[in-house]
Amino acid sequence: MSPNARSARGSEAVPAPRLLPLGDGALTLELGDRIDPALNARVMAARDALAALKLDGISDVVPTYRSLTVHFDPLRLDREMLGRRLLEVALAPLQQSAQATRWLLPVVFGDEFGPDLAAVAQATEHSEAAVIDALCTTELRVFLIGFLPGFPYLGELPEWLRLPRLVTPRAAVPANSLAIAGAQAAIYPWASPGGWRLLGRTPVRLFDLNDTARPALLAPGDTVSFTPVGRDEFHRLAAAVAAREIDAAEWQAK
Amino acid sequence: MIEILDCPMPVIVQDAGRPGYRHLGVPLSGALDPEWLAIANALVGNPASSAALEMRLLGLRLRAMAPLTFALAGACTAQIEDRSGELRQAAAWDNHALAQGETLIVGKLHDGIAYLAFAGGLDLPEVLGSRSTYVRARIGGLDGRALKAGDCLKVGAGATPNPLRLPQAPHRPDGPLRIVPGPQREYFTDAAWRRLLGDEFIVSREADRMGLRLDGPRLEHDPARGGDIVSDAVTPGVIQVPGDGRPIILLADCQTVGGYPKIATVIGADLPRLGRALPGQTLRFVEVGVDQAIAARRQAANDLAECIAGMVPSGAQLDLIALNNANLIDGVIDARQANQP
Repeated sequence: MSPNARSARGSEAVPAPRLLPLGDGALTLELGDRIDPALNARVMAARDALAALKLDGISDVVPTYRSLTVHFDPLRLDREMLGRRLLEVALAPLQQSAQATRWLLPVVFGDEFGPDLAAVAQATEHSEAAVIDALCTTELRVFLIGFLPGFPYLGELPEWLRLPRLVTPRAAVPANSLAIAGAQAAIYPWASPGGWRLLGRTPVRLFDLNDTARPALLAPGDTVSFTPVGRDEFHRLAAAVAAREIDAAEWQAK
Repeated sequence: MIEILDCPMPVIVQDAGRPGYRHLGVPLSGALDPEWLAIANALVGNPASSAALEMRLLGLRLRAMAPLTFALAGACTAQIEDRSGELRQAAAWDNHALAQGETLIVGKLHDGIAYLAFAGGLDLPEVLGSRSTYVRARIGGLDGRALKAGDCLKVGAGATPNPLRLPQAPHRPDGPLRIVPGPQREYFTDAAWRRLLGDEFIVSREADRMGLRLDGPRLEHDPARGGDIVSDAVTPGVIQVPGDGRPIILLADCQTVGGYPKIATVIGADLPRLGRALPGQTLRFVEVGVDQAIAARRQAANDLAECIAGMVPSGAQLDLIALNNANLIDGVIDARQANQP
């Protein structure tokens, strides 16, 4: 670690960027320790600035809520040099990331698609329509992809819609379920155990193993909005997706 | 083509892993012991990253549907049964021919893990650039799952005969696993750090390709910080500690991010040793600096290249030495490039 990596935190609210060692083959640039869209935007700016340097020997660059981790081969890329570059890109100016995309995803709410919708409405003392409306009028940020391939951590939900996880997780959440927990929303790309509350389902394919260039539809830094569709429209879209009649670009916000 | 007749423990297809997709939540995966995978492949003349079978604890029985050449890396009891039922031994660290209809029987794996490579590699579709199996999302390998009786796997064509053996089993280092302090070292008391370095830990039964949960002393968090962080990235070798204080060492199939504080990371050079660790095994740790860790990684790459360069012709086929040497240079060139300062 370079001597200036742990520079003293000033009195300002924003802590100084610092380098954290993640073994000999990875370095983490930590920009903060909170879930906060502004902090996440700085992570994405650092990611973009690092990508522009086109350094050799990097295998993966993983942005999270608050940090950027570079997995690299220390026999090909000098660790000290990488550390210096990371502290430089930490200060990259915020700008609309060239990589960021705005998505508008259709969702069928309630019934068997969103078995927790009624309970969520009751717990928040709102109507089901108000819950749906809140989800469809809030532009959510993709903070992070993790947990499962293509699983997006989206945020942030309105204060009144924030509920704890289910006490007893489901053994099997159906693939493509839209779910919420706390300030966050997510879509399960795969059937999986899960403790988030299920509100609806999207016909959109979130992870495509055949697309090696961009297997995950959503990327960190993107934004996501939902638009409600009826049961028939959901089935029509799902069939078209399965038949590969709909290109992923169809889901970009116009 | 091979047909799996029986596999009592999970046997899965692995290669060198699936880098480049961790920002999308796709784990690295790949062989738990990439060194032995490389050795198994070199013995049959494959590139180091060819797909092979990873076996744990117990081997399998399989039948050759067509003539093939295989090699085993990892000490084990293995025999070949010909069509008349006669058995002959198949030593590890050497390669052997299977005639059509012959059966390979791999029994107990004395090192806990072993790799079975076939000349030509396993011919399966690449998924996101790799044939490694990631069972949790059913990606790669054969339908994204462990093998079962009745499965048939195609062996790649066009293999060049290159029968080699290792004069002796590769050196297995022992002693403490080397660690560097983790990104959240400050989340732990100094007493916890001393315990990590001074005490013994036992690999529990909760051990799979995602990680090893350790029994032994609890590592307590600094009460002012607690046992949760806002998730950030993890990597194989990370020692993370949930609120109960029981450390978990992450392995090849670990998730890409995690919300537990990470007290330390096992260095890259010692990851293959973690891959061989079994429930009940005692682990000790020793702290090294990052510079020492990188030097150890360079040494390990050199040792592997030397091990492969030191392979000798299998049996009496000495006239193949020249051919072997020519092929070997292909096999180790990556490692040699990687060793340049």
